Amino acid sequence: MIPAAFDYVAPTSLAEAVSALSEAGEDAKILAGGQSLIPVLRLRLAFPSTLVDLGRVDELRGVREDGDSLVIGAMTRHSEVMDDPLVRQYAGLLAEATATVADPAVRHRGTFGGALAHADPAGDLAAVALALDAELVAEGPGGRRTIAARDFFVNYLETALSPDEILAAVRVPKLEGFWGVRYEKFHRVAQAWAIVGVAAAVRMDGDTPGGSIAEARIGLTNMGATPVRASSVEGALVGAADRAAVQEASSSVAEGTSPPSDLGGQADYRQHLARVLTARAVTAAAGLGG
Amino acid sequence: MTEQLDAGLVAGEIAEHPDALSKPYAGGELGRGRRRKEDAKLVTGQTNWTDNITLPGLLHMTVLRSPMAHARIVSVDVSAALELPGVIAAYSGADLADVQGALPCAWPVTAEMVHPDHPPLAVDEVRYVGDGVAVVVARDRYTAVDALEAIAVEYEQLPAVVDMEAAIAEGADLVHGDKGTNTCFRWPFASGDNYAETVAAAGDDAVVVKRRFRQQRLLPTAIEPRGVVVAPIAAADEYTVYSATQIPHILRVMLALVTGIGEHKIRVIAPDVGGGFGSKLNVYAEEVLALVVAKKLGRPIKWTESRSENYQATIHGRDQIQDIEIAATRDGTLLGLKVELLADMGAYLQLITPGIPILGAFMYPAIYKMKAYDFHCTGVFTTKTPTDAYRGAGRPEATYAIERIMDELAAELGRDPMDLRKQNWIRHEEFPYDMVAGLTYDSGNYEAATEKAEQMFDLAGLRAEQERRRGDNDPMLLGIGISTFTEMCGLAPSRVLGSLSYGAGGWEAAQIRMLPTGKVEVTSGATPHGQGHHTAWSQIVADALGVPFEDVEVVTGDTDSSPKGMDTYGSRSLVVGGIAIHKATGKVLEKAKRIAAHLLEAAEGDVEFSGGTFSVKGSPEATMTIQQVALATFAAHNLPDGMEPTLDSDYVYDPENFSYPHGTHLCAVEIDSETGFTTIRKYVCVDDIGRIVNPVIVEGQVHGGIAQGIAQALYEEAVHDAEGNLTTGSLVDYLVPAAPDLPHFDTGRTETPSTSNPLGVKGVGEAGTIASTPAVMNAIHDALRPFGVRDIAMPATPERVWRALRHDDGTPRDASGTVAYGGPSTNATSGGTS
Ligand SMILES: Cc1cc2nc3c(=O)[nH]c(=O)nc-3n(C[C@H](O)[C@H](O)[C@H](O)COP(=O)(O)OP(=O)(O)OC[C@H]3O[C@@H](n4cnc5c(N)ncnc54)[C@H](O)[C@@H]3O)c2cc1C
Repeated sequence: MIPAAFDYVAPTSLAEAVSALSEAGEDAKILAGGQSLIPVLRLRLAFPSTLVDLGRVDELRGVREDGDSLVIGAMTRHSEVMDDPLVRQYAGLLAEATATVADPAVRHRGTFGGALAHADPAGDLAAVALALDAELVAEGPGGRRTIAARDFFVNYLETALSPDEILAAVRVPKLEGFWGVRYEKFHRVAQAWAIVGVAAAVRMDGDTPGGSIAEARIGLTNMGATPVRASSVEGALVGAADRAAVQEASSSVAEGTSPPSDLGGQADYRQHLARVLTARAVTAAAGLGG
Repeated sequence: MTEQLDAGLVAGEIAEHPDALSKPYAGGELGRGRRRKEDAKLVTGQTNWTDNITLPGLLHMTVLRSPMAHARIVSVDVSAALELPGVIAAYSGADLADVQGALPCAWPVTAEMVHPDHPPLAVDEVRYVGDGVAVVVARDRYTAVDALEAIAVEYEQLPAVVDMEAAIAEGADLVHGDKGTNTCFRWPFASGDNYAETVAAAGDDAVVVKRRFRQQRLLPTAIEPRGVVVAPIAAADEYTVYSATQIPHILRVMLALVTGIGEHKIRVIAPDVGGGFGSKLNVYAEEVLALVVAKKLGRPIKWTESRSENYQATIHGRDQIQDIEIAATRDGTLLGLKVELLADMGAYLQLITPGIPILGAFMYPAIYKMKAYDFHCTGVFTTKTPTDAYRGAGRPEATYAIERIMDELAAELGRDPMDLRKQNWIRHEEFPYDMVAGLTYDSGNYEAATEKAEQMFDLAGLRAEQERRRGDNDPMLLGIGISTFTEMCGLAPSRVLGSLSYGAGGWEAAQIRMLPTGKVEVTSGATPHGQGHHTAWSQIVADALGVPFEDVEVVTGDTDSSPKGMDTYGSRSLVVGGIAIHKATGKVLEKAKRIAAHLLEAAEGDVEFSGGTFSVKGSPEATMTIQQVALATFAAHNLPDGMEPTLDSDYVYDPENFSYPHGTHLCAVEIDSETGFTTIRKYVCVDDIGRIVNPVIVEGQVHGGIAQGIAQALYEEAVHDAEGNLTTGSLVDYLVPAAPDLPHFDTGRTETPSTSNPLGVKGVGEAGTIASTPAVMNAIHDALRPFGVRDIAMPATPERVWRALRHDDGTPRDASGTVAYGGPSTNATSGGTS
């Protein structure tokens, strides 16, 4: 299919992009990697008046260290994120989850910022951002502000960004000490979206493998209208030192969630999967598999 | 022999470029694993897809499609579309009603079959989501798409008819109100002894197992969607139709019949075609519309399908409900088979829609000896996209049902499923064998293929592992699946097609043209769409004529240059088209031999032919190459009296019988009982497709076929909601597996030549698809049988498997108290059903 006609601007700096977006008015949209937006346009499910393409804004691309955090430019492609040495060292969970997104063609175009701004609860990266306590840096005509991940995902495909704001970067606090990570994605074919995904990061007591869990972070993909942080399970996991304890603590992970019932699975099946996958993700992350 | 065969006999002085002449034939072409000739241009993008064709003044057509499964068209207003700049024309169905004709169905399976009118654009009613309502023609494709939104259609919604069983129930809403019924046809076929009497006669010794299987609807998903370009020469009323079709020759005839344009005024070209799997074995609305509109406007027209359109408006496959019943005596000897089939036609009959389940009718008894067979099929209309041929077309459905129920019978009898098969299959010394369904299987060796497969698979080892793991209550469930399949290829002896009321014959045509320089042009009516015909045909011709492979050029897919043909489907190309070529080479050699004898001044009976050279018995220096004969024939200076100066030969081959490839496919799955996820751990197949022309092509066909069959077992399903909307309308929801989802295929072969054709070939286009679905599903059921699971619908999604492993209240089932294969026969019921 062919999208309806639209105007197109391709600024080369963030400042230009912000003003281009304001000037173009309410019906304008940001174009990042286009991997979610272009299909929507081609199916004529959206009719933006103008696309502001961020593809030439180099300052939005790349990963750098800033004290206790990594700063990942919004336009950094999935393929760049997953192979970045800093991301691998300090945010291994993000690298692992990004490697499960779609296929190489999509990963070479799609961007980290685009995935978060799109806020599809079935997307793999929002749950990771949530689990890692990421902060999202937005730039608008009124200046810059920082939004915590837990405040960013407002509803299905809806974020705290206002229409004239651009997501510029994502600050991801470094995981320091001994953290094990695992992203468990359940899907039927390799390039498909998650039916359920579980992002787990655990810090072990005494900062060494084995022993018991000192701290856990759990994010859930596709278990509701927004990504879900499973805080109560995180608490229950503290002190768990074997597989049985992890399973016990994970068994309440689906409580209070309202996952969709669709072609991918009924809600009760998703809740079951969330329990199984949480136990598996934590067990693997904590090295309690043996 | 010299390095180059010199032209020698050219009259006059022509300085030949050395490359213009042929090298000697090196031998060994038949059976050689050549890389495909076709691939260099495919992988370098030098292909000629229909959508790549541009012509001066080309206009673009788009189709407005019904968003409703069933509605009366109150009005269609195209006036706003016509006002858009760049729009040349827009037509509703009513506007074209007197020129668009009706789409053909060439297979009226019974005289009473209900055959509704099928206008290319709906005029009064739409009957499936995607049914065409109007067309727009514009200067560019963007405008043509935009203009669709300017067309105003008023619909009055009518009830959707989605479910087949509901459709044939009393008082059902009708798809075609004027027909008074949703039943398209009933097709009874009883063969051999009477089934009921046979079972009754066995009395208490009879064991009967019944099952209901569903063949879910599938979306063919050729990588290239459809497309058509029509170039008219208005003044001459002549039309060149380029179409992404499997059947240029049939299409030409049908376009003439539908539109009234003379067949001799239509040229059809199938350029490079990117797959079809049967979905391009049809005559489609857009082909007719593009032709009719091109004629009206006198301008070339192009239409290209999007993937969303492809899923709505290109035929679907399968969609049958099979009630199957098998009877055996307690010792495992099969008595008979009874099949009651519901087949979803969709809203209309496309080219061979009603014939698909009928093709399957002959395959249910498969490789097993039995006395009684009772088959009955009901064709049903629903408000969904029409179904038609999809890879295997009737045979995969039949093979699935028989191979699944053989396993169920084995479980019922407490028998090993392979032993039960061995007890009942036709032994190799029994061929040719007259099957209960009326076919004569010419050859086969099920024992050899199975023995090889069992070894490659380590069947005994895996069974032992399974027993051990079951004992340990391993939450990963190991299942082993068997499929000892056969199928019928080489569609088809024309007299058989006639007896089944099919509208055409099953022959295939070939022509060999010997060029003056010794090169060979071959035309074939079998039109490729990815298979590798050009490579295989070159090998057959090179081997027969003793010319180098590189010297053979194959011409297909254009009714001007390869004017006669029945096209490509049903694994017929090699078995029918290849034989036509082989026979045509025989005629070339016959003529060449006469001329060689004449020039060598020998008696024809003394001339021998081998490796491209004619020689005279007893005089070793008297030789002539076939290229020399070709040149001498071209010069025509000295030919036998009365002989035509040409070696060119035609052959139209009508097969005497089908061919019957067979094989044994074995599959091991691991099922994660916590999530229901199935992983294929090992897949072994040994196919017997007779003599092999090119093992590389065979390997490709087997791999792709298995993948497609696995897709039916595990992944693909076209789902409609209660309103008749296709909810799996894109590749996001319709899960086509790719390389990472598929296991390594361990392929092997045995070679039992067909005795029905001179090359001994059988065909391989569909074997993998037919065999693999039941192999995978039998493995899944084998894994789950200890839990009392009797049947899981396809595709066996993780959720379905997971639910099957639980009771209705959600608690997990346990594996105790049920029979594994070979275990005690505790629950086999005497003389009853299960
Ligand atoms: C075949 C396929 C499979 C996929 N599978 C997966 C998968 O398994 N898991 C997964 O997580 N994702 C998957 N995706 C989605 C992919 O990750 C996309 O890249 C991502 O969702 C969107 O990123 P993008 O850069 O392409 O954004 P775009 O498509 O360009 O934009 C998406 C939306 O975000 C807005 N936007 C983008 N960037 C910004 C910004 N900087 N500031 C403000 N708004 C912005 C746009 O206006 C638009 O509304 C898949 C996509 C495809 C095509």
